[in-house]
Amino acid sequence: MAGAGGGGNDVQWCFSQVKGAIDDDVAEADIISTVEFNHSGELLATGDKGGRVVIFQQELESKNQPQCRGEYNVYSTFQSHEPEFDYLKSLEIEEKINKIRWLPQKNAAQFLLSTNDKTIKLWKISERDKRPEGYNLKEEDGRYRDPTTVTTLRVPVFQPMDLMVEASPRRVFANAHTYHINSISVNSDCETYLSADDLRINLWNLEITDRSFNIVDIKPVNMEELTEVITAAEFHPNQCNTFVYSSSKGTIRLCDMRASALCDQHSKLFEEPEDPSNRSFFSEIISSISDVKFSHSGRYMMTRDYLSVKIWDLNMESRPVETYQVHEYLRSKLCSLYENDCIFDKFECCWNGNDSVVMTGSYNNFFRMFDRGYRQDVTLEASRESSKPRSVLKPRKVCTGGKRKKDEISVDSLDFNKKILHTAWHPQDNIIAVATTNNLYIFQDKL
Amino acid sequence: MSSENLSDTQMEYEDEKQDSQEKNANLVKGEEVKLKAKYPGLGQKPGGSDFLMKRLQKGQKYFDSGDYNMAKAKMKNKQLPVAGPDKNLVTGDHIPTPQDLPQRRSSLVTSKLAG
Repeated sequence: MAGAGGGGNDVQWCFSQVKGAIDDDVAEADIISTVEFNHSGELLATGDKGGRVVIFQQELESKNQPQCRGEYNVYSTFQSHEPEFDYLKSLEIEEKINKIRWLPQKNAAQFLLSTNDKTIKLWKISERDKRPEGYNLKEEDGRYRDPTTVTTLRVPVFQPMDLMVEASPRRVFANAHTYHINSISVNSDCETYLSADDLRINLWNLEITDRSFNIVDIKPVNMEELTEVITAAEFHPNQCNTFVYSSSKGTIRLCDMRASALCDQHSKLFEEPEDPSNRSFFSEIISSISDVKFSHSGRYMMTRDYLSVKIWDLNMESRPVETYQVHEYLRSKLCSLYENDCIFDKFECCWNGNDSVVMTGSYNNFFRMFDRGYRQDVTLEASRESSKPRSVLKPRKVCTGGKRKKDEISVDSLDFNKKILHTAWHPQDNIIAVATTNNLYIFQDKL
Repeated sequence: MSSENLSDTQMEYEDEKQDSQEKNANLVKGEEVKLKAKYPGLGQKPGGSDFLMKRLQKGQKYFDSGDYNMAKAKMKNKQLPVAGPDKNLVTGDHIPTPQDLPQRRSSLVTSKLAG
């Protein structure tokens, strides 16, 4: 059961595993673009810029080492999407996997949705551990036998074989998005899911690929009047009629599909009023929400904008109930962050299993955890230096003033190319997956 | 809906918060001044249309069938089409064939995470 969380109260985070190449020369295809645990936490999926999906499976805890949680090892890997070129629109379609979402498990097989900018695919991952042997007309290697040599008949039987994990695309949901898909979210009814692009949100049935319903459309009649785009969307965890979507202007709209077929009219609008004296050129850019996630309870939702994480109570639209500063020291760097485009980086955020702690990434391969109950926060680093097995991670600190204490790092020394955009928290245990540019780190709490 | 009765300590906290907010606002305004000094032509509506348009048009490349056919004709004299050093240049010889347009081929190599 997840403890009080990462605030440093009683949880100590230890290095567990790191996946990926060590060398500094990162091929673009190896850039990790999404990380997601399945509903039981047994499987961990990653997607990359090369359109590939790698799934890790947690090993069962060994009897010899009851104090250790199982390690995650490769279970399956496949090419989900390929690069395409739309000749009619002169558009290059990247194969980068933007999001992976698991379906709740219903039978022996596992299902996940993976999407690039334009196409969503439903993948089935199944195990095969037996195969039929003893055919009458075929040899074991598949060659056909000469029928004249068959003198007796036998019934083929299933024999055990080495485990084989197969991934096959079961559905392809294509041609429904003019703009770039940023989110997919499976509904709690397990029958439908939504996909959101910059201007529209569509509702799909998992069984039907040739039709989808448009439920949100914010495209203005005159594109010159465009002032905001959709940045993320998610279904409520247990109310199948409710979903939210966030915008580049820092607002979140909650919609109820029972109200009307087209949910352009929101049911609730969550927006924190800004002090007009604080307004600057950067205001809108840094208020753009890069991720929105409901709490497991469904009572709260969390949003991530460039500098902070906000927790909203669904019952209160006027302002967030909690605000956590992720890297406030970047305010004095906004000019250069705009010039090098870092100000447009889209950080994600996640909840722990019991909604007591939230986590998000930052620069210099730092990531932050905020314990809501104990009001504590901690900065940790994902690096090869602190990757000795079971070594406890040391909290990091960025110094903003003149005097730099020992072990602190100054703002000017931060490496803005080392960004942690994607993190995931195991649904029950204190196990986290943190993606640096091309490596996947797995940390666990000290047992 | 929320109650506005603040205790003394809460008032102090609010004051402090306001101070730090002012400080933050000044920091940010300072950055804005720096940016405007570097780029005097920066648009009136920074978060607005231009910017969003750029975002919506990500991935746009221009294919000209005339260029394509011309280059195809030239290709007969060449061994292999040579993609220009600047792959974003879209005129003339720089887009010889559709095969070059998807600049990246799909990864034939297994992900290093699975290695």
